Amino acid sequence: MIPLQHFLLIGAVLFSLGLFAVITRKNAIQILMGIELMINASILNMVAFGKYDKVDNTGQIFGLFIIILAAAAVAVALVIIMNLYKRAQTIDPNQTKSLRG
Amino acid sequence: MVEQIIFYILTAIAIGSAAYVALSQQLVRSVFMFFVTLFAVAGLYVFALADFVALTQIVIYVGGVLVLLLFAFLLSSKDALNVIEKIPSGLLSANRFPALIIATVFFGLLAYTFYNIDFQNLNWIISAQANGNVKTVTDDTVRNIGVNLMSRYLLPLEMISILLMMALIGAAQIARKEPKIQ
Repeated sequence: MIPLQHFLLIGAVLFSLGLFAVITRKNAIQILMGIELMINASILNMVAFGKYDKVDNTGQIFGLFIIILAAAAVAVALVIIMNLYKRAQTIDPNQTKSLRG
Repeated sequence: MVEQIIFYILTAIAIGSAAYVALSQQLVRSVFMFFVTLFAVAGLYVFALADFVALTQIVIYVGGVLVLLLFAFLLSSKDALNVIEKIPSGLLSANRFPALIIATVFFGLLAYTFYNIDFQNLNWIISAQANGNVKTVTDDTVRNIGVNLMSRYLLPLEMISILLMMALIGAAQIARKEPKIQ
């Protein structure tokens, strides 16, 4: 059996890489990819802890819920990014400083 | 033994490709590397005895989310793709240094915590092991997930389905061509 710590450490590495990507990237789609990386790390933790919950299976079921929520978030975020591109001709979050109102 | 070898190979693939996603200068290449990361992480789910979650990850993420990401890439113009080439590649530019500090410190905090906790002696893990509540390799998790989704977690399931519907309708509404109001 693989110890729980190893799953958690892999999740921590993936989360840190996602955090790094979110801070450094200059492209909204790549920032979204960093967020997806962080979400995957959290699902990995959920699933790893879910090993000790055979009857209720809370970890795996909430892992499924997180996947669904991430899919919904990506759908909305990509539409927002496309609209941003239509309006500001760029998807660099550093250059889009003005609001409409 | 074989289990450990495959697990650590998958770990190396996942972390390596995730590092490529986070560090690479080439945009489209990093999107394709993200495929590899998602497949490797799905493999890690299998090792955590969550085969259904791994399948869902492949179907929804690789089949849906990533295709959506590529689609958005293709819809955004060449200028948007060329933005990345203007980034100077030094260590100190583009927020890299503070990002490196933040990510490293965060990882150090998490690793320190995991190192200090003795997972084998946590109360809930001990009670789970005493009650035989630990998954084994031969368990039928898919059936268990189905039964639990329709009984114990019915309310969260319905809430999440309504939320998914709201998000998709909202996305379609935002993506519509706007009437002229300017």
